[in-house]
Amino acid sequence: MPEEYRDVIIAGFGGQGVMLIGNLLAQAGMEYGLEVSFIPVYGAEMRGGTANCTVVLDKHPIGSPLVREPLSTIILNEPSLDKFQPRLSHGGVQVVNASLINKSLVDSDKQTVFIPANDMAHELGNGKLVNMVALGAWLKATRALPLSVVQDALHRVVNVHYAKLIPVNARALEVGYNFA
Amino acid sequence: MNPVERILIKGNEAVAFGAVDAGCRCYFGYPITPQNEIPEALSQLLPERGGQFVQAESEVAAVNMLLGAAACGIPAMTSSSGCGISLMQEGISYMAGSHIPGVLVNMQRGGPGLGDIGPSQGDYFQAVKGGGHGDHRNLVLAPSTAQECYDFMFRAFALAFKYTNPVMVLGDAIVGQIKEPVRRVPPSDAVPGEELARLAAPWRMEGYGQRGAGAQPRLLKSVYLAEGALAERNQLLAEKYEAMRSECAWECVDVDDATLVVVAFGSIARIARSTIRRLRAEGHRVGLFRPVTLFPFPSEALRSLLPGRRFLVMEQNLGQMVEDVRQALFGMPHVTSDTVKWHGIMPGLFINADELREPMMQSLKEVR
Repeated sequence: MPEEYRDVIIAGFGGQGVMLIGNLLAQAGMEYGLEVSFIPVYGAEMRGGTANCTVVLDKHPIGSPLVREPLSTIILNEPSLDKFQPRLSHGGVQVVNASLINKSLVDSDKQTVFIPANDMAHELGNGKLVNMVALGAWLKATRALPLSVVQDALHRVVNVHYAKLIPVNARALEVGYNFA
Repeated sequence: MNPVERILIKGNEAVAFGAVDAGCRCYFGYPITPQNEIPEALSQLLPERGGQFVQAESEVAAVNMLLGAAACGIPAMTSSSGCGISLMQEGISYMAGSHIPGVLVNMQRGGPGLGDIGPSQGDYFQAVKGGGHGDHRNLVLAPSTAQECYDFMFRAFALAFKYTNPVMVLGDAIVGQIKEPVRRVPPSDAVPGEELARLAAPWRMEGYGQRGAGAQPRLLKSVYLAEGALAERNQLLAEKYEAMRSECAWECVDVDDATLVVVAFGSIARIARSTIRRLRAEGHRVGLFRPVTLFPFPSEALRSLLPGRRFLVMEQNLGQMVEDVRQALFGMPHVTSDTVKWHGIMPGLFINADELREPMMQSLKEVR
């Protein structure tokens, strides 16, 4: 694959905001002028079930929106680490939520950003920001897109009803970015 | 930078935008995964434009509402998946038998029966061989991107009114659920909504007295009991299906120097395209032939690739399109039992480009 090609699987519990940051990343990639695809994979699950999505960013039209061995992952809970850590491609990078995942489970051969995303979200005053903290760390680790492009895309992804939460989400992206 | 701004939407949402932009006035349907974003979007878009959105009590009701609206010359549609489309087959057959245009979208899910909500191409036969009773055919379009979900709705309405025949847009859970950038601008082959109304003027049901004194009553029906009447009707249908051949559409990628051509449609075609790009980078001479219309099947275009090439059909079912590929090549010079190979992907699975590599490599070895 050409080096401008990037993909990521984002996985966690339903309710952790997996789909929101997948959408945000795809929207930001599109606004940055890239080809993008976002595809959610979830069963007949509701809150508390597991959910994951795949985002592909490329300069060329995207063929497969699904990948077996992702170049990167964002792992927000332990069942997702079990599922996706073995599939992370050689040389890939994983962002792992240290708040909910025991470090002994992380494969030391894998390049890992081990970030206490829940704790950092609580410090920001809102535990729901765990997804944004993790995405910020991923942006730093992969250099896939400028942080500001993703922060700006929040305005198109967050429902107008919750527009007042955009600044704190942008701040959470930055805090995650500066952690890595 | 771009002449038309791109919007990030699901294939299902693109279907809804494409439908209203193409002039669709009515939607009738009943919810089923993985196509629910179509009715969700249309429930807002249609009333905003003075159109009608009806969540019917069942798929059987929905398809008969579609028949009724379309019999009045109104651009109308329904959508469903798998078992829901099966329930609609009686109505589709009646529409075909009565020369009534209608657009149906099937975002296929795993089957048979209730199956699952994963992707599948298991409804290929149902879509392209008629599906309902009697000798009817649907024009079938197979989108593989969200942009095509948008664009093909224009073509679907144009073809439905041109041939006064049901048109099916056959997608699946992948192309329905994927979010991609879409340019919401009518494609070059778009037929304006007013043109659809003009095409329907000679036959549509308008109500008593609408066409002035002395106008002859109109009748749209599929029952022909008088001796020889049905034969005459079926002859007309046969001529219509023959005329549809001119609508064949397909896409070729990297076929010029290819020794192996992968034949795939819809979502599987785009996944195969990724595998092919990687194999090309390694020096393998492999290309892609993607039927865009599944009925009429682009047989002549496929035959034109014949000399010196073998074919690998890849589809997410137990072997359906492969029959049309073999039929297209049957009897041509140098075609043997080795010319067409088949690789099936089990319905319900979310597959990726890596999983198509091994079967392609195997076929490449056999070509040498």
